[in-house]
Amino acid sequence: MTTPNPSPSTLFDKLWAQHLVHSNDAGVGLIAIDRVFLHERTGGIALKSLRAAGRQVADPARVFGTMDHIVDTHVGRNDDTRMPGGREFIVQTREAAKAEGVTIFDIGDKRQGIVHVVSPEQGIVLPGLTVVCPDSHTCTQGAMGALAWGIGSTEAEHALATRTLRINRPKTMRIIVNGVLGTGVTAKDLALTLLARHGSRGGQGHIVEFAGTAIEALEIEARLTLCNMGAELGCFSTIIAPDEKTFAYLEGRPYAPKGEVWDQAVAFWRTLKTDDGATFDKEIVLDASEVGPMITWGTSPQQAISIDGIVPYADEASAEIHQRAITYMDVTAGQPVEGLKIGSAFIGSCTNSRLSDLRRAAAILKGRKVADGVRAICVPGSGLVKEAAEAEGLDKVFIEAGFEWREPGCSMCFFAGGESFGAKERVVSSTNRNFESRQGPETRTHIASPEVVAASAIAGCLADPRKLAA
Amino acid sequence: MEAFVRMTAVAAPLVRANIDTDIIIPSREMKSVSKTGLKDGLFAGWRYTAVGGRDPKPDFVLNQPEYAGVGILLAGENVGCGSSREHAVWALHEYGFRAVIAPSFNPIFYNNCVRNGLCPVILPADVVAAIAAQVEADPANAKVTVDLEAQKVTAPDGSEYGFTLNNEEDRIALLNGYDAVDLTLLHKDAIDAFIASDQGQRPWVYL
Repeated sequence: MTTPNPSPSTLFDKLWAQHLVHSNDAGVGLIAIDRVFLHERTGGIALKSLRAAGRQVADPARVFGTMDHIVDTHVGRNDDTRMPGGREFIVQTREAAKAEGVTIFDIGDKRQGIVHVVSPEQGIVLPGLTVVCPDSHTCTQGAMGALAWGIGSTEAEHALATRTLRINRPKTMRIIVNGVLGTGVTAKDLALTLLARHGSRGGQGHIVEFAGTAIEALEIEARLTLCNMGAELGCFSTIIAPDEKTFAYLEGRPYAPKGEVWDQAVAFWRTLKTDDGATFDKEIVLDASEVGPMITWGTSPQQAISIDGIVPYADEASAEIHQRAITYMDVTAGQPVEGLKIGSAFIGSCTNSRLSDLRRAAAILKGRKVADGVRAICVPGSGLVKEAAEAEGLDKVFIEAGFEWREPGCSMCFFAGGESFGAKERVVSSTNRNFESRQGPETRTHIASPEVVAASAIAGCLADPRKLAA
Repeated sequence: MEAFVRMTAVAAPLVRANIDTDIIIPSREMKSVSKTGLKDGLFAGWRYTAVGGRDPKPDFVLNQPEYAGVGILLAGENVGCGSSREHAVWALHEYGFRAVIAPSFNPIFYNNCVRNGLCPVILPADVVAAIAAQVEADPANAKVTVDLEAQKVTAPDGSEYGFTLNNEEDRIALLNGYDAVDLTLLHKDAIDAFIASDQGQRPWVYL
């Protein structure tokens, strides 16, 4: 007979305890930060301000940077960007990183790419680490079993200077997903389903642990997609306990431990899971079989419906915001979303730009053509993703179908002042935000999985990939 | 950091849910590697008639003369969601805002407020709506007071509403304008000791 654990802990409890340097009566913990990642949009200013304040990066070996947000993604690019003033962000970030001895994955380096693609790919994020980045989608990296969260630039300065952050301890939430996701149904659809049900504040104040058989069944890249969308739930962050898939993914990565230290690390990482009997402040249970291909119809990621659904009618509580979204998106309550004519299609971003995403989209595009008049763009998440995709001939599939095949970066996930899809243009996009003007002034964004984007690009309208395959 | 103790000011009602940081400052308005030069880009998409232009849309709240001297923003649920860009807070501060009152905040935006002398005040949605209604009736004169020392908001009609920050440490930092790095470096010995011990426990962390 085994003795019950007298004080079962959640995964978060363990990570909190392992990183707690000091705590005070105010409920604030001084938490050790293991990795800081920076990008040229919000990281350069942190390095610059740090220096202006007469401070230094305390441990530059544990700080990394990449160029992703502003860098041009056209083939043949250099430091010039289509965004006015963009070059300065790149040059100043590079110079500041060099001055502080921070490793940076720069333009021309095939390791360069979107921070939340690069970090797992390089083995910079590891299970059990605390990882911060002045980027709201840092929760993506929680998929590796790390405690990873987005911060502002001032907090980044704090982490750089002190190797710690002062954190208000979040509450805990577990989202258990059991069952099996249907064919053609992805982690993106699961995330959009959670957003549709629980809203853009559904996780507020909480660290969300995803668990259950459907989560265990997800491959690492799919877990990264799911955790990425946690930013849209408003939570402190998202995390998935590391398992054999995580260890297999990380083994041999450039910054992952090697040899005896690797074995020691894996033994430690196996302890990083929620104990039986541990309790959460909140728990949500979902059956994966209830999830189908999803798409957003409005201007918040929570305004998501099944691809074969209709634009909902407003309830009294949300009438004003509902009407604003209806007007902005030029849709009508009760109208099916399937069949809405699109002008553009985009595959990329920290949500869905990894090799498995490109493979699944390519499987739909193979032997087909993008509809006349639709502008379609694919932006691999990193130089290494691009290289791997090209080795499999995926670039040819995209190009032959009529997609542009770009250099890695955040690209048109958001509008930085250069490239836009155009005012009132309807775009189907594998990204994470459909806010007003997110992808360009007055652009109408529908977010969905790469499968839905690919199927829609071919159809010329929002389309259900399951029907195309049939 | 500039301290915040209390303020009585004109309040701008923008009580919509999910005002994201792209709305507060569009990416295209972040033109240099700087924390300043951002106030003209504040709410640019809602404030001006054309993208990149500076012709005011007359119906936008900040363009109405009664809201000159505004210091407090009244917002809806989940204010500051989306991008972590601290430029949203820098732009609000540079414009003259010193407090944001909303039923709920995005957590990164909330921290960014606290670190930049902008007081984040959480009040129930019906209270925010009631204050907004009073303000809209007489914007220039119906002033709102946010008092962080007493932890209360006084509405134009004199009603008082208590509030608390996420923790007492944030309140003390805001009241005194403390720099969080300075506060943390008081624990430098504890940090060094933690790392020395952790290097033995988790050597793979240290590169």
